Amino acid sequence: MATIDVPEQVSVLADAEALRKACKGWGTDEKAIISVLGHRNAVQRKQIRLAYEDLYQEDLIKRLESELSGDFEKAVYRWILDPADRDAVLANVAIKKLSPDHHVIVEISCTRSPEEHLAVRRAYQARFKHSLEEDVAAHTKGDTRKLLVALVSAFRYDGEEINTRVANSEAKILHEAVKDKEFNHEEIIRILSTRSKMQLMATFNRYRDDHGTTITKNLEGDSGDEFLKTLRTTIRCLNDPKKYFEKVLRNSIRRVGTDEDALTRVIVTRAEKDLKDIKELYYKRNSVPLDQAVAKDTAGDYKALLLTLLGKED
Amino acid sequence: IGVDEKSLISILTNSNEEHKRSLWKGSSKLFIEDENGFERWDQSSIKILKHQFNRFRDAVVLSLLHPWERDARLIEKAIRKGPKHYNVIVEMACTRSSDQLLGARKAYHSLFHHSIEEHLVTHIKGRERKLLVALVSAYRYEGPGVNEDVAKSEAQILYEAINNGDKNKLLDHEDAIMILATRSKQHLQALYRHYNQSYDKTLAQDLEGEGILKDTVECLCTPQTYFTRVLEAAVKEDADEESKRALTRVIVTQKEQLVKEGFVPNKIQDILLGLYKDFMLASIASGDVK
Repeated sequence: MATIDVPEQVSVLADAEALRKACKGWGTDEKAIISVLGHRNAVQRKQIRLAYEDLYQEDLIKRLESELSGDFEKAVYRWILDPADRDAVLANVAIKKLSPDHHVIVEISCTRSPEEHLAVRRAYQARFKHSLEEDVAAHTKGDTRKLLVALVSAFRYDGEEINTRVANSEAKILHEAVKDKEFNHEEIIRILSTRSKMQLMATFNRYRDDHGTTITKNLEGDSGDEFLKTLRTTIRCLNDPKKYFEKVLRNSIRRVGTDEDALTRVIVTRAEKDLKDIKELYYKRNSVPLDQAVAKDTAGDYKALLLTLLGKED
Repeated sequence: IGVDEKSLISILTNSNEEHKRSLWKGSSKLFIEDENGFERWDQSSIKILKHQFNRFRDAVVLSLLHPWERDARLIEKAIRKGPKHYNVIVEMACTRSSDQLLGARKAYHSLFHHSIEEHLVTHIKGRERKLLVALVSAYRYEGPGVNEDVAKSEAQILYEAINNGDKNKLLDHEDAIMILATRSKQHLQALYRHYNQSYDKTLAQDLEGEGILKDTVECLCTPQTYFTRVLEAAVKEDADEESKRALTRVIVTQKEQLVKEGFVPNKIQDILLGLYKDFMLASIASGDVK
């Protein structure tokens, strides 16, 4: 369930005017920006941008980029974009890093629905004039590259059907591949990148039932092995995305010096989806509400925006 | 195509026994009086007639289907029929626009409750699998702008893969597959030009005999060459049934493109005349048998 709090009645014209007012003159009224944008869903945010452009012949995003700075600016920028466009931007940032953020690429490919993922591929092309798979292929290597390109290229069947015979045989294949430690990467990649999500969950369950332990536990190992790490992230994202996001949040806060990129990314991308459920998981796991942990670890306008997206009352 | 539907329909619908009897006796091309004084169908003529009808039926069905469903069905059939038909999968994946291929993938979900990729890995165990899965999964950028330096260096990568490496392992060459499956068509066409300029032969020539790899390169870089090859194979004297079926498929699915390329009316007319000629020759020949 979503966490953002959107009022019943919204006037995008009034919103555009309020944002204009917040940006005009000396300094910026960040609180006003948060109180408008922090309480609008994706459709409304898009309409506000159009209204702003209409009224003031200026791109709202560019205006905000020039007025704001730091982690707050990054968060506002990501929040205000269309979800597909946002994912495209996040993917590109992850790819272009000196040491690409493989897990972000996996996260975007595996936790969105097949249709959402297609929209991301389109948005990526529109923005970056390359296909997503091209850029991933050009910036990664080895088996990690094979896995990532396969994941970003996938257009999975979205149905509920499960074939238990296939679940059985593929759980066996995965177990063989994992047991050998000389992982047969081709088979693992094939299964993880072509099967439907329902089918994969059935396979993972079968694996757990047959071997008494989850496949990710069996993959624990050398943290220097990039392929292994990416593989574990893939399985986690496919098997239980909310649990995966809880872990990312937990790690991002726990880290000495918060990992703002990860914190922003998860909160911004899940606020309209399932951040509520993730919050509950977080509390169960850490005995501390997520709001509290975030408030302790962040400051200023950045903190205010995150708390608003988390659904905290102003 | 080569069949006079109007008279056939009038024959079929006319239930007059006398009329039918005179038809049997009169059409010596189709009916032969055998040892028992019983006029029966001439087997070889009937076979030809059947094939003509099948092709006509196929052409009608293919034309009526939504292009996405049509392509999805052609791919599914090709997967089932085996290695000799993998070029159809290459054709579908590489000669359609990015959105058309996406549409076919969607249609495939609805029709067969699996993704194309799933069926490819389930039914194809051979070395072609990797390339086919990659081609079918592509959503290529279609805009302008090619980095000529990258195109040139990737031409070199392909050259080395073909000429310095084990040609048998080409289908396993990761970089080659990545290039062919992820780059835009404009980029690949630029790569094709660089290859030609740098090595004095075309990429297609260097892939002679390499089956679907050559098909892939042709479909992506020089589709007219690929389609001409398919069409010409279909109208040869000794063309087999598969080649002739390919004719139906190509003409129906590439109508607009063929018109743009100036194929119709000249080439198509030649081809259709060729088919009709075949039919007539066959009919005459069976008459001669008597």
